[in-house]
Amino acid sequence: MSSRDRVLGRVRRALADVTPDERPYEEAVGRDYLREHGRRTTGQTVELLAENLADYRAIVHRSDAEEMPLLVMRLLAEHGSQEVLVPPGLPPEWMSAADPVRIHDRAASTPQRLDQVDSVVTGCAVAIAETGTIVLDGSPDQGRRRISLIPDHHICVVRIPDQVVSSVPQALERLVPDRPLTWISGPSATSDIELDRVEGVHGPRKLEVILLS
Amino acid sequence: MSGTFVGMPAFPKAAHDAVHNPVLRGNLRHATHTIRAKRARAVAELADWAALREAGRRIKDHTLRHLDRYLVQLEESVTAAGGTVHWAADADEANRIVTRLVKETGESEVVKVKSMATQEIGLNEALLDEGIRAYETDLAELIVQLGKDRPSHILVPAIHRNRGEIRDIFRSEMGGWGRPAPEGLTDTPAELAEAARLHLREKFLRAKVGISGANFMVAETGTLVVVESEGNGRMCLTLPETLISVVGIEKVVPTWRDLEVFLQTLPRSSTAERMNPYTSMWTGTTDSETADGPRAFHLVLLDNGRTDTLADQVGRQALRCIRCSACLNVCPVYERAGGHAYGSVYPGPIGAILSPQLRGTASEIDASLPYASSLCGACYEVCPVAIDIPEVLVHLRERVVQGGPAVRQGNRVVLKPAKGHAAERAAMRAARWAFAHPGALRTGQRLASRTRRLHPRTLPGPGRAWSGTRDLPAVPPEPFRDWWQRSRGGKDGVK
Ligand code: SF4
Repeated sequence: MSSRDRVLGRVRRALADVTPDERPYEEAVGRDYLREHGRRTTGQTVELLAENLADYRAIVHRSDAEEMPLLVMRLLAEHGSQEVLVPPGLPPEWMSAADPVRIHDRAASTPQRLDQVDSVVTGCAVAIAETGTIVLDGSPDQGRRRISLIPDHHICVVRIPDQVVSSVPQALERLVPDRPLTWISGPSATSDIELDRVEGVHGPRKLEVILLS
Repeated sequence: MSGTFVGMPAFPKAAHDAVHNPVLRGNLRHATHTIRAKRARAVAELADWAALREAGRRIKDHTLRHLDRYLVQLEESVTAAGGTVHWAADADEANRIVTRLVKETGESEVVKVKSMATQEIGLNEALLDEGIRAYETDLAELIVQLGKDRPSHILVPAIHRNRGEIRDIFRSEMGGWGRPAPEGLTDTPAELAEAARLHLREKFLRAKVGISGANFMVAETGTLVVVESEGNGRMCLTLPETLISVVGIEKVVPTWRDLEVFLQTLPRSSTAERMNPYTSMWTGTTDSETADGPRAFHLVLLDNGRTDTLADQVGRQALRCIRCSACLNVCPVYERAGGHAYGSVYPGPIGAILSPQLRGTASEIDASLPYASSLCGACYEVCPVAIDIPEVLVHLRERVVQGGPAVRQGNRVVLKPAKGHAAERAAMRAARWAFAHPGALRTGQRLASRTRRLHPRTLPGPGRAWSGTRDLPAVPPEPFRDWWQRSRGGKDGVK
């Protein structure tokens, strides 16, 4: 007997008490929890996002299309970045004022190579106000998962208000499961040493979020 | 289940030793109280907590009651997305599968993201026997691994170590595993974390094989979910060419939408955060055009006692557990005894009901675990999937004491009563009667509340031995059931 048959056989015998006409999934699982917590205007939702991002030690900036290139330039300069990773579909105008050398993530780039890059700039798929979370789904303006992971400094651009939702249920509705997804809430952190929170063990230690209107 | 710590004394002995270690007690007390208070605040932010908890309970219960169907569906979805599914009936089989898969890649090292399932089966040791080194990459797991120690908490496995001890471990051990600790390393958490970053980065960047567990698997889509904080999970899940995930069969949920419940309840219950810093979700492998992440993905579905647990109609609810560790942090017994006393990778209240079910109650430690509780009910109250841990504890005590039918490795067996439990047996009959007659239990609790000022600090008669080593818990002014009924109107679906 294969292990598959053995395990499934054990499961079936273990469930001998379950009657075949049990309630189907839709009935068995009530959904009477909230779709979002509290009523907010669009402006308030964006405000809450900014607050919750900052609460988890992300650095929040606001910008419009015109100021954007200067802001990106300034943030990269402040970090002292010589090289910056950019995904293939990042709007080129965002980087039009920046000095650092732009590096693209090619199939041949080893993780060791990417480790020498100082910063990365990406877009995002959606941002969740209630939890202060940004979600990347590997679209062309976000690139592969590894580019937002290896550099120590991540600048992530959220288009407001279109990319902002209130809650986790609303975010899941917008996302496509067959894309690789990374949910990011604040920079990398650990509380493993006497529960003192320390930013960054392995992921970027500095996360800057630009709310772009 | 392997992973019983060899020569482990029964719980009372192990706990006795731990209680007399003041450093350990201090570390634990600080930690559990800190998380506990933060968690209460995080939960209070969500007005629909009770409804989320009930939905979580129902999703998990429904899945468990139709587990065969959802496992088959999961297998189909993962396969369709380019992954390969393996089934493992027990620890040895899972270890053999993983070892073979690693050997097929030609590699002799792997990076691991913290996984209770792989600890449960003793994977690192099994790999080492075959000449494969497994590097733990979670900071706490690294501390445990370098210190040749054992984890003592689900979420913060090195909770029993303070910063000075951690610095000493890093200084003396890191060099033997790779990059040594920086010169002049102090004991500030930031410096210790930096040392771990440098030590591990070297391993991540060259790793060809990653091994993980998963918090959830979605049957409908074949998506796996890993929830973490440090980014070591993302490193292990995305940089290697081959990814092997070893996951207990109880981690499946039916639909994508179900994640909306658990991604709200898990982080708040475990680290008391609105959301944990990183969550990774992947579905099989990506096409060669995007080539995001490992080119080969293997999912090893692990039974190892889970189907035996499923066969127990009272005990099966333990499989709802999402390993948030909230029950550990509120447990007065855990707080004093520490995680090691439970002799298993699953400590605390959940360990007290899960380990004896996964492993059976034949060993002394497993037979003693259902007694590692004061039945105060705090664990049930915080559990985000409403596992009635006290109910299962009482049920398991009865099984230890009276014996009776059970399922072991898929076979029906009749357990013999344990020796030396005659007095307990009488006590259990009483407890069983009370739990089977909720009205009487409630009346008893109310009576206890009303007379609480008159209660002695120690028990009279044969109970003296019990209360001689512990303070009696203060009886609350109002029984929890009454408070719940009054303040929540019984709307949460609690029986
Ligand atoms: S039993 Fe409940 S509270 Fe304890 S770890 Fe599992 S889910 Fe969390």
